[in-house]
Amino acid sequence: MDTSGCTFMKVIVPVKQVPEVAEVRINPETGTLIREGVPSILNPFDEYAVEAAIQLKEKLGGEVTVVTMGPPQAKEVLLKALAMGADKAILLTDRAFAGADTWATARTLSEQIKKMEYDLVICGKQAIDGDTAQVGPEIAELLGIPQVCYVRHLEVEEDGKFVVVHRGTDEGYEVVRVKLPALLTATKGLNEPRLPNIMGIMKAKKKPLEEVTVTTLGISPDSIGLKGSPTTVRKVFAPERRKGGIKIEGTDPKAAAKKLVEFLASKGAI
Amino acid sequence: MVLIYDKEKCTGCMLCPKVCNFGAITKDGNKVRFDFDKCVLCGSCQEVCPVNAIKIERKAVDKDKIAQYKDVWVVCETAEGRVRSVAYELVTKARVLADNLREKVVAVLIGSDTSSYAESLIQQGADKVLVVDDKAFADYTTDAYTIAVTSLIAPRKPAIVLFGATGNGRDLAPRVAARLGLGLTADCTGLEIDDKRQLVQIRPAFGGNIMAEILCPYTRPQMSTVRPNVFKPRERDVSRKGTIEKVEVKINPVQIRTRVVNRVKELAEGMKPIDTADVIVCSGRGIKDPANLTLPTELAKLLDAAVGGSRPVVDAGWLPPSQQVGQSGRTVCPKLYFALGISGAIQHRIGMSSSDVIVAVNKDPEAPIFEIADFGIVGDLFEVVPAVIEELKNLQSER
Ligand SMILES: Cc1cc2nc3c(=O)[nH]c(=O)nc-3n(C[C@H](O)[C@H](O)[C@H](O)COP(=O)(O)OP(=O)(O)OC[C@H]3O[C@@H](n4cnc5c(N)ncnc54)[C@H](O)[C@@H]3O)c2cc1C
Ligand SMILES: Cc1cc2nc3c(=O)[nH]c(=O)nc-3n(C[C@H](O)[C@H](O)[C@H](O)COP(=O)(O)OP(=O)(O)OC[C@H]3O[C@@H](n4cnc5c(N)ncnc54)[C@H](O)[C@@H]3O)c2cc1C
Repeated sequence: MDTSGCTFMKVIVPVKQVPEVAEVRINPETGTLIREGVPSILNPFDEYAVEAAIQLKEKLGGEVTVVTMGPPQAKEVLLKALAMGADKAILLTDRAFAGADTWATARTLSEQIKKMEYDLVICGKQAIDGDTAQVGPEIAELLGIPQVCYVRHLEVEEDGKFVVVHRGTDEGYEVVRVKLPALLTATKGLNEPRLPNIMGIMKAKKKPLEEVTVTTLGISPDSIGLKGSPTTVRKVFAPERRKGGIKIEGTDPKAAAKKLVEFLASKGAI
Repeated sequence: MVLIYDKEKCTGCMLCPKVCNFGAITKDGNKVRFDFDKCVLCGSCQEVCPVNAIKIERKAVDKDKIAQYKDVWVVCETAEGRVRSVAYELVTKARVLADNLREKVVAVLIGSDTSSYAESLIQQGADKVLVVDDKAFADYTTDAYTIAVTSLIAPRKPAIVLFGATGNGRDLAPRVAARLGLGLTADCTGLEIDDKRQLVQIRPAFGGNIMAEILCPYTRPQMSTVRPNVFKPRERDVSRKGTIEKVEVKINPVQIRTRVVNRVKELAEGMKPIDTADVIVCSGRGIKDPANLTLPTELAKLLDAAVGGSRPVVDAGWLPPSQQVGQSGRTVCPKLYFALGISGAIQHRIGMSSSDVIVAVNKDPEAPIFEIADFGIVGDLFEVVPAVIEELKNLQSER
């Protein structure tokens, strides 16, 4: 490990608490989401971001701050990130933040980040509940820094002034060089996020965790939360449930293949 | 607070907890209680309340200002000097929306040496094409493209701007939205115009477990990224006429803060990316050995399909990451999807369950993939797939 350490990386990682969507089910009678008993987790893509930040700190020296905007219980994901090895946490929590779309979310987070010193901001590629992948680029724009999305590999150049990353594309990846400060969004392949160990979990409780409200953030409540959101969710509904169709069992492969090809031709799929 | 609940008016009919998708309303004696940490203020409860006991206060809409914005724009993505198919899909859809509004379709064509495609966009349904043709746009960069798109939008005031929900589209659109202070709806699978001439944007969220209708009532343009392969391009009309306007956008090299040092293709020669493919042949752990991938690859060749993999197949390094289907990979919606030796875990289904036709081959009759397959074959893929290849070859030689 290189600890020559004249580079000192200050990394901010915005993280989101999300329901484990794989366990979210629709109530067949009412057609609504069943969220009772569905565990809340640290957004999986944000784990890559936290891990990347911690690895940079371990290699180059530095400091990792995790930030979340959410209800009071979102503190849990901050504690998890602290247990993994982040140094500090900030919880932006206030009724006035509620109902935010991605623009209002990015605005709130960027106002907080503007008050801090940083070389890198690393977001997850996307949150598995809202699924928009918009908050990262929007924060970058509001901070006026460059962005590179879908980062699969990350290296800091020797002088600590540039990073070279692999940005996933449709057919492979691009090697992109960008000057710091910059914002990256992390995707699968960047690393294998560590599991917090007992020591980490104990230490996490003693690490600084600051709570910030609209008042302490010092921005107008009109520009954030539902009021500051240009988009509104008018309605949510259950998608049409897909049902199984034809199922062939116990037929010899040739006959089954014939039926399949006939079926596909009848559907106009081939 | 923006949701106002009038306890006095509430009759305790308990309709609202039933329609709340977020479990934010619970019974409280003979009234209800709201959990604002869960509430997303979607308004479903307000809609069903028979006595108007629930009110969501929203901002006023400035009608005069909004009326200044006209036309439906499509930002057409180019790659390697060509217009990508998603652009034609969006122009087709934009045509429908614009006809509804009695407005024009404007295609925005940014690239280097791509202006010759302007004509094809008119044939597809555009009334006008704004062409920005400059070396600075040869390769996609967030900075150059954001400058170009925002400098076109700001003075010309379109009512709607659509982007393809591709990797680059989802990198560019939020940057543009944030620069102009606009709303943006992600990854839409449905677009409609309502009776107030607003764009109703329909999109899946929560991994496809719910659908949401999203509006941008207060700001213009209304912007969305739209999932590829959802809207089928209609046939081109070669006699269609339209105007082509060349626009110059000056980019100073220092404005581009990222530099692409190298491009690496991980897809073998002739292999297609899964993102925009019409047909995908996807293999799971049932394929057992990377050498066996020749089988799905042969099937894919016959169908002009992309070869994809479930997570274990990609994690093992048998296929590149760009080809992974599912929650931590990509969401796809091809016309035809083959799941070969894939059990159908929820994280996989999240990425493919909106495909038009799903075919599954699995030797386990209980595999969950059969619950969503239009055509399932219980059997050994190493016997079934060669037979399917054989049949397809027969069919193709007949044709
Ligand atoms: C059904 C539904 C549909 C929606 N559709 C849209 C839409 O189309 N457009 C829109 O603008 N809004 C939409 N919203 C609102 C949106 O989900 C919220 O604004 C949400 O707070 C952020 O969006 P996301 O979950 O998509 O995050 P993403 O943009 O996918 O998140 C990317 C990354 O940003 C960071 N991040 C995101 N949220 C936070 C946070 N709260 N705290 C710290 N870091 C964070 C994380 O690093 C995360 O990995 C929708 C909401 C619902 C309920
Ligand atoms: C946070 C998270 C994110 C994830 N993201 C993804 C993702 O993006 N994509 C994804 O795919 N998974 C993802 N997963 C993993 C997912 O849960 C499953 O583990 C995975 O999809 C299983 O892959 P599989 O179906 O190929 O393998 P298995 O589940 O092992 O299934 C193999 C199937 O092959 C069948 N089979 C075996 N031999 C034959 C044969 N000769 N002929 C026919 N059938 C045969 C078996 O009956 C079995 O059904 C994620 C998991 C988590 C927790």
